[in-house]
Amino acid sequence: MKLSKYSQFAGIALAGTLALTACGSDQAVDPENQQAAGDVNCVDGGGTLDGAGASSQENAMAAWKASWEGACEGSVVQYDSVGSGAGREQFISGGVAFAGSDAALSEAETESATERCNGSEVANLPAYISPIAVAFNLDGIDSLDLTPEVIGQIFNQEITNWNDEAIADLNPDADLPDQEIVPVNRADESGTTENFVAYLSEAAGDAWPHEVSGNWPIEPVEAAQGSSGVVQAVEGGQGTITYVDASHVGELGTAAVGGGDEFVEYSPEAAAAIVDASDPRESNTENDHAIDLNYTTDEAGVYPIVLISYEIACMQYQDQQDADLVKSFLNYVVSEEGQQAAAEEAGSAPISQATRDKLLNTIEQISAGA
Amino acid sequence: MTTTDSSETAVAPRGKRRLGDLVFANSARGAGLLILAILAGVALFLIVQSLSSLTANEGNFFTSSEWSPEAGPGEEVRFGVAALAFGTVLGAAIALVLATPVAVGIALFIVYYAPRRLAALLGYLVDLLAAIPSVVYGLWGLVYLVDQLQPLYRFMAEYLGWIPLFAGPVSSTGRTMLSAGIVLAVMILPIITAMARDVFTQVPQTHREAALALGATRWEMIRTAVLPFGRPGVIGGAMLGMGRALGETMAVAMILSPSLVISPNVLQSGNQTIAAHIALQYPEATGTGVSALIAAGLVLFGITLAVNMAARFVVSRRKEFTE
Repeated sequence: MKLSKYSQFAGIALAGTLALTACGSDQAVDPENQQAAGDVNCVDGGGTLDGAGASSQENAMAAWKASWEGACEGSVVQYDSVGSGAGREQFISGGVAFAGSDAALSEAETESATERCNGSEVANLPAYISPIAVAFNLDGIDSLDLTPEVIGQIFNQEITNWNDEAIADLNPDADLPDQEIVPVNRADESGTTENFVAYLSEAAGDAWPHEVSGNWPIEPVEAAQGSSGVVQAVEGGQGTITYVDASHVGELGTAAVGGGDEFVEYSPEAAAAIVDASDPRESNTENDHAIDLNYTTDEAGVYPIVLISYEIACMQYQDQQDADLVKSFLNYVVSEEGQQAAAEEAGSAPISQATRDKLLNTIEQISAGA
Repeated sequence: MTTTDSSETAVAPRGKRRLGDLVFANSARGAGLLILAILAGVALFLIVQSLSSLTANEGNFFTSSEWSPEAGPGEEVRFGVAALAFGTVLGAAIALVLATPVAVGIALFIVYYAPRRLAALLGYLVDLLAAIPSVVYGLWGLVYLVDQLQPLYRFMAEYLGWIPLFAGPVSSTGRTMLSAGIVLAVMILPIITAMARDVFTQVPQTHREAALALGATRWEMIRTAVLPFGRPGVIGGAMLGMGRALGETMAVAMILSPSLVISPNVLQSGNQTIAAHIALQYPEATGTGVSALIAAGLVLFGITLAVNMAARFVVSRRKEFTE
């Protein structure tokens, strides 16, 4: 009895010490945070900024929220990850001040949003770029050069063996095993699937004749839940291949993707480069930065399989506070620090300086009107 | 206070009910009615919410297996639960076939073979199995079990492949309906064991002693006296276990590599259960998509209700026998 009483005290004391240390480290970090977010233009008096939309941005948004709120006392951002479609709807109806969306507003949506935006332009800002890796599990092979056609045929179950000529021709130096290819896809509906399929249908030509949707369009060979699920399945099997958010790849081998002579491994820079290599959408107004991803670009050093998510905002708000908060928050989001924070937290690719300059110029013009 | 109370009861021993009795009886009645109301409310909710997609559905809800409940422009809403319902029942059936014999064995060991102390400990441990959250079973199955099962599956496909159930080629990751069924079997083991144990301990002493007196060995005593008496209880327990297996979501969603096909082949990846399908599709579903998932939930509700009522029926029949 006595012993257990003593150990109880020891336990309490220990817990207390831990709690104290925890507090201490918090305080030690705080000033650093403020330094990192030093050039955030805060809104006097703060306020609450509401946003909603894509779940793909959820992790990045958490990082942005933490730093922005840390730097600006009294300012709060609430991001509800209800999905891209629902986010756009809420933005158009005026429920939230900005939306996160894996797709830019369509023309019809832009028209309805103009009303909500005080008759002003609507800005689609490509602020979140996430590379999608093609990852596989083959003994002793870390990297393979693959063309979009071959990737399409592999996932369409037309190329079924790793020593197929189509793969061997692209990789003369690789020691390809005589092994069945097992494609693994996402079992749940996902933006990763949607963007990967969009890439294939654009770049792979006849090798991928299926519709674009967030659900895998064909009868799966193997499927698993979530990014960690597919990676687990690929690691557990032999000769398996999947597409996955690049931050989840781990030890798996990855494909260098290319069209012509050059094959590009995924990297943050190469993924961000596609935004610059792509043309702006034709219907864009001056401050709208929606892009038509150019999946078949020949430009050097571009990794084409990416998920791009937009922040959607008005150029003019009815409410001064809304305008100021959106301006301040988006300024931080596209800033170097903001993009770096997202890269660390969510494994995204920071946008290029050229893109940043364009976006900052637009965000600077956000205003409030009567 | 107490004196007035007792004098009142002395004056009017019958007829007038005390306040406490009244409150207690009514709150108990309310609790009883509440469960009915909840059940009816859930059923009503499922029906109302699923109507919008069921009326928009261009495919056959019960016989088709495709699942595209969210129509884009120019597309038709088409979805059906055939493959899902098949997968749900298949997974639960595998679990039942694997778990029931083991559970009966455990129950017999605990009641008739094990020394008393060991029996108590074993019973406790089996009950503890029921307390493990299903997501933990899912992780265990996904990270550890499927890798271990893979060689066994290859062996089965090679030597038992002539049985359609075990035909190859084997899934290369082992994330098949059989793996999910095995994990489900572990999960329902405690339910069936507990029921079987209870009913085995109720076998009348006289039956058992009569069997032993006639020269039966212990095994023969169990076969002739215990098992026939306990059979309805075991069946009832199995049905309750099946109810859990039917609705199990997390473990299946994590382990199974799903596809919406009707395939009796349990060594290949494929099939999908209703519960896991809902869990996987709900996060990104909108409009008719949500409604269609609720319609699938309604089917699961129906299947589970039917199984549970069958279990009640079997168990209640046993009572009639013994009384």
